[in-house]
Amino acid sequence: MSERTLYDKVWDAHTVQELPNGQTQLFVGLHMIHEVTSPQAFGMLEERGYEVAFPDRTYATTDHIVPTDDRSRPFDDEQAEKMLSALEGNVEEHGVEFFGLDSGRQGIVHIVGPELGLTQPGMTVVCGDSHTSTHGALGAVGMGIGTSQIRDVFATGCIAADKQDVRRIEVTGTLDEGVYAKDLILTIIRQLGVEGGIGYVYEYGGEAVRDLGIEGRLALCNMSIEGGARAGYVNPDEKTFEYLRGREYAPDGDDWDEAVEYWRSIASDDDAKYDDTVEIDGDAIQPMVTWGVNPGQVIGIDETVPEPAETNDPEAARKAQEHMDVSPGDSMKGVDVDVAFLGSCTNGRLSDLREAARVLEASGREADDGVRALAVPGSQTVRRKAEEEGLDEIFKHAGVQWREPGCSMCIAMNGDRIEDGELCVSSSNRNYVGRQGSENGKTVLASPATLAASVVRGEIADPREVFG
Amino acid sequence: MTDDRKAVRRVAGTGVPLRGDDIDTDQIVPARFLKEVTFDNMGKYAFYDARRDDDGSLNDHPLNVYSGNVLVVNDNFGCGSSREHAPQALMRWGVEAIVGESFAEIFADNCKSLGIPTVTLDADAVDEIQTRIEEEPETPLEVDVEKERVTVGETEYDANIGDAQKEALVEGIWDTTALMRSSLDLAKETHDELPYTDW
Ligand code: SF4
Repeated sequence: MSERTLYDKVWDAHTVQELPNGQTQLFVGLHMIHEVTSPQAFGMLEERGYEVAFPDRTYATTDHIVPTDDRSRPFDDEQAEKMLSALEGNVEEHGVEFFGLDSGRQGIVHIVGPELGLTQPGMTVVCGDSHTSTHGALGAVGMGIGTSQIRDVFATGCIAADKQDVRRIEVTGTLDEGVYAKDLILTIIRQLGVEGGIGYVYEYGGEAVRDLGIEGRLALCNMSIEGGARAGYVNPDEKTFEYLRGREYAPDGDDWDEAVEYWRSIASDDDAKYDDTVEIDGDAIQPMVTWGVNPGQVIGIDETVPEPAETNDPEAARKAQEHMDVSPGDSMKGVDVDVAFLGSCTNGRLSDLREAARVLEASGREADDGVRALAVPGSQTVRRKAEEEGLDEIFKHAGVQWREPGCSMCIAMNGDRIEDGELCVSSSNRNYVGRQGSENGKTVLASPATLAASVVRGEIADPREVFG
Repeated sequence: MTDDRKAVRRVAGTGVPLRGDDIDTDQIVPARFLKEVTFDNMGKYAFYDARRDDDGSLNDHPLNVYSGNVLVVNDNFGCGSSREHAPQALMRWGVEAIVGESFAEIFADNCKSLGIPTVTLDADAVDEIQTRIEEEPETPLEVDVEKERVTVGETEYDANIGDAQKEALVEGIWDTTALMRSSLDLAKETHDELPYTDW
């Protein structure tokens, strides 16, 4: 069993009691909700006549079903309108703060929490969404939960949880120019497998992780779940504190010093004990692109699609290659691109938009005629800042559509989707069959820079060549 | 701490044989029904597509043919996404227990949190039970959670149910909301002790 890690400390500080069913009752420091998974839980709450126990620790936004073009109400999609109205009614009735469409702060739940300073080191953060692992980038323990657990949190401020093992992932060296946190996490998932993290929480550390900015760490922790780990975190450091300073919900005044002291104290001790340790060579990582239908089916841009027999699940690999219409020995570089989706809770932050814009500018080129490209900022805050820097002009000039914030084509619930057999280079986190709205569509996961390079070339391209 | 009102010690009734391995949550509730804001209608959506022919008419899917309260399934039932809509749909359709070769972990967990036992038997026994129901749908079927036993007519089968699940069901403590709501004051204490709650 792990000892003296951040996870152990946070777990202990939030333990209310051991439950008779063998689980631990864990207090929830921050509960984020959105329109898709909360209404049923509110319904169950009302069935029992309970109120929300800790409304002050609960915050809502809307992301999955919101249109990214015409947002006038009522929405064209009746069901989407119904879901958002239901959320609006519920937050009103239960006294929960809501970052709605006209708040100036609406956005993808995992972007909004950190950027408003709601997410803080040492907290337990839960949300009815598997990418809650994202919040670990600030030294919190973020866990995705199901609908009955959302009800638990509403009614009791707690979840019933089982403690996981802790795996330390030590990333040595430095990432090359053109290589990002996204490439790092895809490398980790390839190495450990999409189920490798089951039963574990991942602690990311080492030189390459320390060097990442907070937004890179958010992308890294975001995809812990694609590697099978319910949560992933980075120990808080000076960068974390600087990131939080001055944010709307971060502590200030005297509280600030007290907070920083506490945040330092909850980081893993130097002599912490881990259940497992893995080392990753950061120097060796290239820009990564997926060739299959899960995030572990991925190669460096200079590599070729593997023989199914060389993968850890040959049968799945064979099917994936059939779906993606690629063969062993093929290069992904040069494959025709129809759609590009820049956004999502993985790579929809300011630094992601900047990197993509930088590639567009460096190439001096516009989107290839054959490519339909969308830039969807992760939140209204991100959108505003990007516009202040003129990034929107770079995108528009390059022929990339500049949209309103939401999950958009990451999950294709809002009308943004790929059609038929289109191939989409996506900065999101899941390339499952049908994920982007078309059963025979193809998704290639990549970093924003690789995406931008592919947009100008009209085919999958190496961002390092466009820079060079 | 036993809560008798909620204890699920045995489920008696008749069976619904539902053959096939790897039946995923997408089949149990097709994704387009996830946009509903309550679970109220989920019962109608259980196996919605599988129960219909292309022209929309009901086919001979077991849920159209049988009306029992115990589903009898094969291997890896409930795999796929973790949506709670799946067990909600089955529960609201009238399922009170599921007997099968094996279950996807999250699905079984979701069932537990609704008080639905998921009980495993070996493949031969499952096949035998399914055949028996197909021949005589009215055969009484009983799932004894406490004794880990499934009785079909006069035949008894030793079954398996995870220790944690068994305890939760038999003691009536599967409902974590009720369990934790009863110690709200303890949660408030933890809240007050955490430094960040008053920043
Ligand atoms: S952006 Fe995608 S992965 Fe993230 S919360 Fe939205 S749908 Fe989920």
